[in-house]
Amino acid sequence: MDLVLSVLPIFLLALIAPYLFRLSKKNTGLILALIPAAVCIYWIANIGHIESGATRQFSLLWIPSLGINLSFYADGLSLLFIILISGIGALVLIFAGAYLSGNPLLGRFYLYILFFMGAMLGLVIADNLLILFVFWELTSISSYLLIGFEHEKEASRRLSLQALLVTGGGGLALLAGLILIGLLTGSYEFTDLLQNPDIIRSHSLYLPILILVLLGVFTKSAQVPFHFWLPGAMVAPTPVSAYLHSATMVKAGIFLLARMNPILGGTDAWHYIISIVGVITMVTGAVMAVVQTDLKRLLAYSTVSALGTIVLLLGLGTVMATKAAVVFLIVHSLYKGGLFMIAGTIDHETGTRDVTCLGGLVRFMPITAIAAGLAALSMSGFPPLLGFISKELIYEAKLQLPALSGLVTTAGILANVVNVAVAIIVGIAPFWDDEKIRFQPEHEAPLSFWVGPLILSMLGLISGLFSDLIGRQLIAPAVSAVRAEETLVRLKLWHGISPVLMLSVATLLTGIGLFFIRHVLRRLAANLKILTNIGPGSMYKFMIDGVLRFAAWQTRIIQNGYQSIYTLVIFAATVLLILLTFSGSYLDFDWFMLTDVRYDEVLLIFIMLIAGFSVIKIKSRLGAVIALGVIGYSIALLYVLYGAPDLAITQILVETLTVILFVFVIYHLPRFTELSSRAVRIRDAVVSILFGSAMTIMMLKAISIPHAPISDFFMRNSYLQAFGKNVVNVILVDFRSLDTLGEITVLSVAALGVYALLKFKTTRGKQP
Amino acid sequence: MISVILQIATKIIAPVQLIFSIYLMLRGHNQPGGGFIGGLVAASAFALYAMAYDVSMAKRILRFSPQLISAVGLMLAVISGLLPLIFGLPLMTGLWDGSISMHFIGLGDLKLGTPLLFDFGVYLVVIGITMSIILSLVEED
Repeated sequence: MDLVLSVLPIFLLALIAPYLFRLSKKNTGLILALIPAAVCIYWIANIGHIESGATRQFSLLWIPSLGINLSFYADGLSLLFIILISGIGALVLIFAGAYLSGNPLLGRFYLYILFFMGAMLGLVIADNLLILFVFWELTSISSYLLIGFEHEKEASRRLSLQALLVTGGGGLALLAGLILIGLLTGSYEFTDLLQNPDIIRSHSLYLPILILVLLGVFTKSAQVPFHFWLPGAMVAPTPVSAYLHSATMVKAGIFLLARMNPILGGTDAWHYIISIVGVITMVTGAVMAVVQTDLKRLLAYSTVSALGTIVLLLGLGTVMATKAAVVFLIVHSLYKGGLFMIAGTIDHETGTRDVTCLGGLVRFMPITAIAAGLAALSMSGFPPLLGFISKELIYEAKLQLPALSGLVTTAGILANVVNVAVAIIVGIAPFWDDEKIRFQPEHEAPLSFWVGPLILSMLGLISGLFSDLIGRQLIAPAVSAVRAEETLVRLKLWHGISPVLMLSVATLLTGIGLFFIRHVLRRLAANLKILTNIGPGSMYKFMIDGVLRFAAWQTRIIQNGYQSIYTLVIFAATVLLILLTFSGSYLDFDWFMLTDVRYDEVLLIFIMLIAGFSVIKIKSRLGAVIALGVIGYSIALLYVLYGAPDLAITQILVETLTVILFVFVIYHLPRFTELSSRAVRIRDAVVSILFGSAMTIMMLKAISIPHAPISDFFMRNSYLQAFGKNVVNVILVDFRSLDTLGEITVLSVAALGVYALLKFKTTRGKQP
Repeated sequence: MISVILQIATKIIAPVQLIFSIYLMLRGHNQPGGGFIGGLVAASAFALYAMAYDVSMAKRILRFSPQLISAVGLMLAVISGLLPLIFGLPLMTGLWDGSISMHFIGLGDLKLGTPLLFDFGVYLVVIGITMSIILSLVEED
């Protein structure tokens, strides 16, 4: 139950946030932060329970016939993520309140970000894979809203759509993968799958499933070649980047990878695909990062690199690598979240994010400088911070590899060296480098700016000092959950003089060296800029442009604004589909069935035929409408003859309302004349006759197939089960009420569409 | 095209029509009728006002915006479908309480249940969308 209570209030809070904002403009962020903070503290207090291997479960039947249940489950991995999401979330809320203060849309911002937080929390505690997917998509949608928050800018709209399309496309692949898993194993519950972990791995569909799931993971966690959306998403307000693009959303892919490890991991395909993608991403991100000059882009590319590192470690799959992955995940969330907020603070105070114009800020912003310095030290892996331990673990994991150890380690060293340089560029140089002070802040940023980064960087330090405690209580349960076996974790700051320590020291020194030649690298990169034309980013643009051109073309052809063309297309398509379905089969219809036609039926048909011909021939619009009405009312009479009073009443009412509508608009319509040429009329006649014939064939087919009518079931059970004597109504509101719900939803949307179309036209007419 | 006869007739007919529409909706479970039919009848009552007087009159009689009416209807339908979840039953199970029943003239005993709430939702949605379309069409000029 406490699982649901950790998620549901966040969603409710999201709903009331805009109203709260209206009441208390200044302190909303602080007030809102209380709830996620409470969630965070609650779960920290409950670490003990989870540590001993216990899990929490909560389940509610939702659509049992499809295997979809609202089931939730928390183990060490979920716990770790809950604490990160809610804890960093609370700090980001405080930061956002300050960073965006004065923005009239701040209330809406709170709504989006809390919605995102709820989705993220739901994602990490979902037991049912489809529920997990729903939350997964909710994070995509809410992040779309967040990235495009400054929606009046063209770039915001374009890049948020890019993020949505890339992650959404991956989401579709993931959905297919999850459904395949469900079909193979007969259950969508993750806890069920854990009981029989080998079913999927030994199945012939294993590889397709793995690839589909990995597509979801790689798009979400910005792995090459899908990484380009993440730097693009930097158009988002900085609190969003601090939250989504460092600590949470991009880690959703990592989470899924870790979650799936027990049931999909451990095979060669898993190791190779994931490690290779991870290595490439790690190196690409690092190389792209060091040449950036914008604070946020620096951080974005280094995040890509960090995500690559975690993916690589999970792909390696050894005990050591899993430990390293989990520790690095925590370290990265702490320092990257902090550094993003610091970047935002600098931007807010000085008005620029360009590192080439920043320096000497420590004189004005000492507290921010401390927070930034600590975060940068953790990022570069300096003892005694947790970042140091993490880097040692990563090196150890890579050196332990049986094969390819050299290659992976070299790539890792390269990425880490760059990381050190980036850490200095972002966290140290703007504050201490005294060369150029072109932008001067007036004072230290207010408390709500630096409190978040300071707490996060202090945590990086404290957790380094008390690493053994963190290792036992937080990391060991998470690692055990990923590996689905009890794993001990002992973290130590000092390992003695070892090759790993040597590597660390070398990395630090080289990184510092790299920092000093950064100008050279940037010039080099400027010359290579042409390479971006063949990158995945431009592939994406090419594809999107193609789709848009195709859409414009087919809209021009089949949706050209003339009602007659729309009708023609629909009729022709229907005829084609019916003919395709029935081609090759022949009609064995018992024509003698037609002999027991009653004379009143024949009479009605004649009336309808005459009315139908009149509609075509009559020269006045009102006359045509009346003739159409005759057909409608005759159909109603047919319903009466066959004993369907409900249908008949509905038909009559709809006919009546249609006539009323015509009466309303008839004066606004143009003159009723014949504009179409002879050829067009012949074409229309052919399509009409074909359509009529196709419908007739379908009818005859339908009634000649022997089957037990389902109406018997409804007749028998209507009163017994649903307490209603009117079967039609009982079907509508009880047996098939979900269908009805869908229909009235569609109708409402259609009515809104009509409303919007008509209103849009009037305003455009008035303001040319 | 203002006709005093139509206006006076409307004032008498429309209320009867509205009451009749509710009657149709309520009896739907056992006899021909239901939310859809009731909604159409009610909508035609408001349409009559729009015809005999003008759009603003119809809007005044309707009191709420048609979009709001259909939104509320949709919400009622969804709520009636969600209610069974509280009792641990699958979505959209009809809940009936035999002990509560009301007597209506001409209807007999009417049992209360979530399908009735659902039907009322349908009733509102149908009024909302019909009026939304009619009013926005007529307002065109």
